[in-house]
This record gives sequence, C-alpha cells and structure tokens, in this order.
Amino acid sequence: MDTLTATPTIEPGAKADRPVAVYCKGITKTYGSGQSAVRALRGVDVDVRTGELMMLVGPSGCGKTTLISIIAGVLDRDEGECTVLGKDFKVLGPSGTTQFRATNVGFVFQAFNLIPTLTLAENVAVPLLINRVRRADAIEQACEMLKKVGLGDRTKDIPTRLSGGQQQRVAISRALVHKPKLLVCDEPTSALDHVTGQKVMELLRSVAAGNDLSLVVVTHDARIFEFADRIAEMDDGRIVSMTTGKGHQHSSFDASHAK
Amino acid sequence: MIGIALKMLFRDKAKYFGIIMGVTLASLVITQQGAIFTGLMSRTFAVLTDMGGPDIWVMDPKVQFIDDVKPLQDTALYRARSVEGVAWASPLYKGMTRARMDDGQFQNCNIIGLEDSTLTGGPPRMVKGKVEDLRRADAVIVDRVGAETRLARKGPGGKPVPLDVGDVMELNDHRAVVVGISDNTRSFQSNPTIYTTYSRATTFVPRERKLLSFVVVKAVPGLDLHVLCDRLERETGMAAYTKEEFKWKTVMYFVQNTGIPINFGIAVGLGFIIGTVITGFMFYSFTVDNLRYFGTLKAMGASNNRLMGMIVVQSMVVATLGFGLGVGLAAAFGASAKNSPLAFRLPWQLLFISGSAVAIICTLSAMLSMRKVVTLEPAIVFKG
Repeated sequence: MDTLTATPTIEPGAKADRPVAVYCKGITKTYGSGQSAVRALRGVDVDVRTGELMMLVGPSGCGKTTLISIIAGVLDRDEGECTVLGKDFKVLGPSGTTQFRATNVGFVFQAFNLIPTLTLAENVAVPLLINRVRRADAIEQACEMLKKVGLGDRTKDIPTRLSGGQQQRVAISRALVHKPKLLVCDEPTSALDHVTGQKVMELLRSVAAGNDLSLVVVTHDARIFEFADRIAEMDDGRIVSMTTGKGHQHSSFDASHAK
Repeated sequence: MIGIALKMLFRDKAKYFGIIMGVTLASLVITQQGAIFTGLMSRTFAVLTDMGGPDIWVMDPKVQFIDDVKPLQDTALYRARSVEGVAWASPLYKGMTRARMDDGQFQNCNIIGLEDSTLTGGPPRMVKGKVEDLRRADAVIVDRVGAETRLARKGPGGKPVPLDVGDVMELNDHRAVVVGISDNTRSFQSNPTIYTTYSRATTFVPRERKLLSFVVVKAVPGLDLHVLCDRLERETGMAAYTKEEFKWKTVMYFVQNTGIPINFGIAVGLGFIIGTVITGFMFYSFTVDNLRYFGTLKAMGASNNRLMGMIVVQSMVVATLGFGLGVGLAAAFGASAKNSPLAFRLPWQLLFISGSAVAIICTLSAMLSMRKVVTLEPAIVFKG
C-alpha cells in the first residue's frame, strides 16, 4: 500500500476467479417475535470475492444493514450458512467472533464514529490497541497510515477540527491500520458532498486493489455505484438483482427508489 | 485502552465534575458526620483517656458506663489489693459538685478525687502548677477549657477573665484554692473537671453512706490483664474491666441508650444514598452518552472484559478523586474546628469505612454502566 490517494486500478466485475472471502447462503433474520416479528432477511445468498468491492443497495428497511451486520460478525443470523474468510461465527462463538473482528474486519461508519477526545493518531491506533500492540508502536503505525491519506501533518488534531471528508479519511485509516481482510462500510459517503464522496470512494477502491481486501459497502448514493465491482440490490429482505458496477447504469435498478 | 477510557471521562467536563462532586459529597458527609460521632463518643470516656497509670478499673457490677457511679464500700480497696497479681490499687472518687460563681450562679463540675498519698490518676498534662500542689490546703486543679469558659470570672466590662492559679472558688459551700491548670480531653457534657485529693473530694460533695467510686488497679508486669480481671471479679465479687473494655462498655451504653447513633446514622445514610444516586445517575448518563463509542470499540473487536475494564478505571479515578476531596474537606473542617467545642475525631478506621462506602457507591455506579455496555449490541453502530 504505497498511497491511498491513487485512482482505481481494477476493472469492475473482474474478480470471479478470486477466492471467496464472504459466503452467505439462505441467511434469515427476524427481529422480535409473535405478531410484532419483523423478517429482515428472508433467505439471502451472496458471496464476496477477495479484492472485490461489493455494494449493497436498496430502499430503507430492505435488510442491507442487517446483512452487513451479519457479515461483519456483529449480529447473529437465525438460519442459513455464512462463512467469512472461511470462518463460521456460530462455530467461533462470541469471544472467538470478537477476536476475529479485531484481527480481520475493518469498519467505516456513516457518522465516522471517531472518538472526539482522542487525537487523530490515537483514533487510528484504536484497532491496534485492541489487538494489544504497544501504544508507542500503535501511534507510530497510525501516523504512517494518516500520512498515506494525506493527513500526516494533523496527527495531533482532534476530529472535530476536521471537515467531514477529512474525518472519513481518518475513519478509513482506522479501518485499515491493522491490515484487515474484510472492510465493511456503512453509508461511507452519505454525510459528504459529491466531490468529497467521490474522493473517499477512490480511496477505498485503491485500498481494495492494493491489498486483496474485500469491501462490502452499504449505500444509498447512486453517484458512487460506478466504483463497485458488483452491486447487490436488495428489497424486502432478499437480493433481487446482482449487477456489475459498469453494467448497473443499464440494469433495471432505479437509483431513485433507493433514496 | 486505559488512556482512551480516561480521555473519554475527562472530555465531558460537566459530567466528570458532577460525578466527582457526587462522590465528594458522599465522602464528605460520611467522613465528617462519622468524625463528629466518633469525637462525641470518645468524649464519653474522656476520664479514661486522661488517666494513664491504671490498667484495670474495679467497680460495682451494676455500673453501666463511666459516669454511672455506684459507690463501693471503703473495704473494696483492700479486697482488691489482696488479689494476687495486683501491683497497686488506689481509690478514686468520681462525682459531680456545684461551683458557685462570683455572680451567684452555679456551675456543675466533674470532680475527681485522687488517692491522697500517691495522687494516682492525676491530670494528663499540666498547663500551670504541679499535681503535687494538691497536697496544699483546699487545693484543686481545674481544667483549662473550664477555667477559660464556664468557670471564668467576669472582668471589667463583662469580659471573661479565666480562672487562674491562686484564685479561690466555692465548691458546695467549701473553700477551694486553684493550684494548677490542666489540659484535659473535653468531656461529653463539657462540664469543667476539677481534680483534688480523695479525702478532700469527699468533703466537697454531699455526704453519702458509701463514697468510693472506683478502685483503679495496676497489674504486675507481664501478667495478662484479662486474667487479672477474672481473678478480681472472682475473689472480690466486683466487676473489673481493662481500660479498653471500660471504654467500649461506655460507648456501647451511649450507642444503645441514646438517639445519638440514630441521628448520625441517618445523616451518614443520607450522604451515602444521595452520593449513590448522584454518582450513579451521572456515571450511567456519562456511559449512555458514550454508548456510541463503546459500541464502536465493541464492533472493532474490544471484548466485554476490556470495556468493563475501561469502566472500572473510570470509576476508580472518580472514586479516588472524590474520596480524596471529601476526606480533605472533612479534615479541613476538623482542623478549623480544633479549638471549638465541636467534637471531631478522624481515626484511620473511619477513613477505611468512608473509603469502603465510596468504593461501594462507585462499584454500584460502575455495575449499572457495565450492564449497559455488556448488553450493548455492537450492531448498534450501523444504526446511524
């Protein structure tokens, strides 16, 4: 990973020959019980290849967040199979899953979720500290990572002094600093203007390209669909169509209904 | 992770100070009220505190506390002296008498009569004069606080003039000459204490059939005091207590027969409850405010144990700071009241109790917060 500001280098939809990083089959999830039960997922089949950027799109309440939560190991599925990097969270158990997330999964959130009292370097160092890296080493690696996203001169700033785009770059640094194999992003551009959103997506694409990192991105933002290798459109707890990023503009999916 | 926990704690200054104030308030009220109660209780056995020589106090078996004097026959002294293991035994008179003031008012005083020959059990510290001066005619020694306050004479312009060596006073229609001023522990009733000889004391007070209040005993070196107490009780039929036992007997009498512990207990209990409520609410509220970040850490792979560790660190910091501030304020209060009539005693046991109470408050608050964090679904981070 020389630089995270390079433009995308991988052709969308060109990952079919790569190993499967995420494999889900027949995933169901129901919240609540009885008459108030809500079936969030009704049998989802999806796979994500190593180095692939998969986008999950669809209207609100279609199950995107539930699916990404299950893939990230922060929510238990009810039924179906799901392996991430060859591991089944039900087999790993709660503590094994927690450890798995600490080592293998990076998170980028819609609201960045940077801890406001910590400096940028300390925020980025958090995943390393969770993995019990010595504080001094963690801060050093965090500073290196911030340099790669163009914030090397602001390592001692606090997040609230940054613009939204800068904060998301910090969040991406934090998601990548411990070299995860899977990056899950929840609406990474929804809090950003168009230009900044494009830059953030370029950054994420270049990351995926350079590190054999699989990305699962939940988004409503049709303007960033071009960065996807594949786009899974969800509705009513199911994946209703799967298109490539380039082919999406010609698919039946109407971006306006995702808004 | 400890650094993260502390920075999260220090960020929200309003809540941080609110939590510390809650702990400080609890610590202050518990320590200060406890210290006043302890000081008050220690005054109940002021005579015992000030009397350094004797090891054992012998008395009528019906005596319940130090001021509950049930006179003995004079022969009790000889019976005590005859018990094996007694190095020496002296008679002690302890009672009340009335001093007549210049303006015709009367002032009740504690009067302590010391054995004429040895003056055993005399004042702990002399400010003016010598204990031996009690051998002079009509001699009495008055405690300093009594001499400066209740027994003070009215000077020009009504200004109080402390009783001093050479002054003459009237005790129950008897002439008494002040030959010394002593420095005593304040008594529970705050009455002045007057020392004189045993024989003279019995003339200062109304005549009764029996006058011997206590026999004070010194054990031979190396003898177990409890063994000697048992022996004294068995062979004389009187009650015998070590000094420490008699102190506790006196304190327990006040605890069981007065409303003092209930009054102080209510104040301490309120301090504990208010401290718990304020601290618990503020700490819980602080945790809820930071739930998003706890959720983020949890999603990123921080285990419940590590998150609980962060909360424990946060609660320990506020507990330590709050306890320190509370005890510091209580100690400052005690220091400022040093020369006032206020009773204040701050032994390490009270600090331990206060510290334990603060630890319980902070543990309860932390448990409330921990429960919230442990049951937190990490998936919350994806809910915007």
